[in-house]
Amino acid sequence: MKTAQKTPHGRPRALRTPGGFSFRLEPRALIVVAALVVAALAASVVLIGTGDFPIPAADVVRTLLGDGNAGQEFIVNELRLPRVLVGLLVGASLGLGGALFQAVSRNPLGSPDVLGLGQGATAGALVMIVLFSGSANQVTIGALVGGLVTGTLIYLLAWQRGVHGYRLVLVGIGISAIATAINGYLMTKADFVDAARAVVWMTGTLDGRDWKQVWPLLALACVLVPLVLANGRGLRMMEMGDDVSHALGVRVERVRLVLMVSAVLLTAAATAAAGPVSFVALTAPQLARRLTRSPGPNLVPSLCMGAALLVTADWASQRLFGDGQLPVGVVTGVLGGVYLLWLLVTERRAGRI
Amino acid sequence: MLVDSVPEQRAETAPAPPNRLAIRSVGLFAAVAVLLLVAVASIAVGAKELSVAQVLHGLFEDSGTYADVVVDERVSRTVLGLLVGAALGLSGAVLQALTRNPLADPGLLGINAGASAAVVTAITFFGVTSLTGYVWFAFFGAAAVGALVWFLGGSRGATPVRLALAGTAISAALYGYLQAVMIMDGAALARMRFWTVGSLSTATDETIRQVLPFLVVGSLLAFALARPLNAVAMGDDTAKALGANLNRTRALSMLAATVLCGAATAACGPIVFVGLMVPHIVRSFTGPDLRWIMPYAAVLSPVLLLGSDVIGRVVARPSEVQVGIITAILGGPVFIFLVRRRRTAQL
Repeated sequence: MKTAQKTPHGRPRALRTPGGFSFRLEPRALIVVAALVVAALAASVVLIGTGDFPIPAADVVRTLLGDGNAGQEFIVNELRLPRVLVGLLVGASLGLGGALFQAVSRNPLGSPDVLGLGQGATAGALVMIVLFSGSANQVTIGALVGGLVTGTLIYLLAWQRGVHGYRLVLVGIGISAIATAINGYLMTKADFVDAARAVVWMTGTLDGRDWKQVWPLLALACVLVPLVLANGRGLRMMEMGDDVSHALGVRVERVRLVLMVSAVLLTAAATAAAGPVSFVALTAPQLARRLTRSPGPNLVPSLCMGAALLVTADWASQRLFGDGQLPVGVVTGVLGGVYLLWLLVTERRAGRI
Repeated sequence: MLVDSVPEQRAETAPAPPNRLAIRSVGLFAAVAVLLLVAVASIAVGAKELSVAQVLHGLFEDSGTYADVVVDERVSRTVLGLLVGAALGLSGAVLQALTRNPLADPGLLGINAGASAAVVTAITFFGVTSLTGYVWFAFFGAAAVGALVWFLGGSRGATPVRLALAGTAISAALYGYLQAVMIMDGAALARMRFWTVGSLSTATDETIRQVLPFLVVGSLLAFALARPLNAVAMGDDTAKALGANLNRTRALSMLAATVLCGAATAACGPIVFVGLMVPHIVRSFTGPDLRWIMPYAAVLSPVLLLGSDVIGRVVARPSEVQVGIITAILGGPVFIFLVRRRRTAQL
């Protein structure tokens, strides 16, 4: 293995193997990923230690490694660890799903929550909550079905000899408006208790999540993340336009279909587990891209950024408002608003507006 | 210059020949007739069916019978529907011309959401209860979001996709805020979940009296802007060459759209897609001249709104489906159809 080009320190370089394989090595991106993983883990430890019964970080780590006292072990392993894991998995899924959507739609605002997947999943969940007063599991299944149906509808309606970014975005916005109306209708049909439950769900919350939510998310991530990363190369080519990437040997429509299905599955599963936590999918890829300063979809950094963001936001919501007062979705919503304003300011300053 | 050198072309650029004018005028009268029919239907149809004779009795010789009281209630509702429908249609026509964007709609651009968020803030945090009190909040919210979307969507290079995305993203942020308010405040939840879907059922004579001045001013302003907006539609440079004052036209158009949409939202909650669909349908038979689009839109939008309201009263009897939900369910497919029909180059 030898480096083919001499490049200044910190710049991307191409690694070539004698067998004819080559890949890009981006030191900055690797550092960012490492930093984000550390940040996510640190935030997780702090989050586990936060609550009505605070535990110092050192004790948390000791308990996680298997030698804490019995009381701490119960609190950490049974009550708080699954919640944090759900947070990490949901954040990672949303970050990755958002990066995929933004890359396919070629638009920094084209994230699944703007395109109606969140609304569609909400419609599925509300049907369960309002019409059937369903259990938590039924609500999860309803949300999953709602998200998948919405994703399929958007893809089919945007299909016209291939799917173009702009059509995907606009069809998504149309579907989102319809789903919003359906949700509004279901809310007016609900009795007051169901309505209150529905509003909390619609905001996105990690309260009361346990191991039952962890396993399916983990299994899905184990299948989809490698699949997505294997197709990441094609996605990167596709940023140059369909014709160019076609000429470079990418099967554009197939790669797009695989990635869209993966993104819809990831987003729907994450939404089913924690509700439509807003703006993580929108902001995580953008923040990751700014940190790595690397063009392209930045899939792995977005994934890590999503996980770090959601866990930090959950911690912030517990510290700022008290445990169980306001769900994590409120914090990410504020975050999204700030991001939009910041986008406005920088785009203006850059003379692009 | 070209027109001077080629005399035949002058005939085409001259005002529409009388027969086209006649057709359009007759069409407008026909539209008004349809509107009257729908208005009568809106008074007659509901949880209690009324015959046309009962409707006429209630309208012209009110003697306080049960049917007459029902007619009174439904008349307020119908009049508000007329006003709000016209306001939404006009603001949609203005926004589409101003942004040169065939997909512009006060709902999609987030202006409704801005007004909603401001009204919720007024009701929850400032204890404002009267419509005259919170209509100002609605204007402020609508104007602030309108400006924000305009900047975020890229004021000069505003493509339909960018504007629609900016509007949707800001709406999403504002709905997040609404949800937070509803989680914290049970009383707000009890009221807001009915208000945020958009409904005519709360209409009273008082509501109409309070929003009427704003809607009249906004409509007059919109009609006055038809000519300069026609010029703006040809592109900035041509508009300047034709003598239009671009900045003034833009500012006044935003003002008109904001007043119309803000007042409509304050009166009956956010209603999407009316402002999108009607100007589109109208344009397909009037052509691009706003001096014809606007009157047609002002007449046909209430037809759509009242028609949707009647449908909403019929489909789930004896309860009703709010008009905002019916317009979204009707309008969403129309929107997607428009998106699919358009070629990449046109967007």
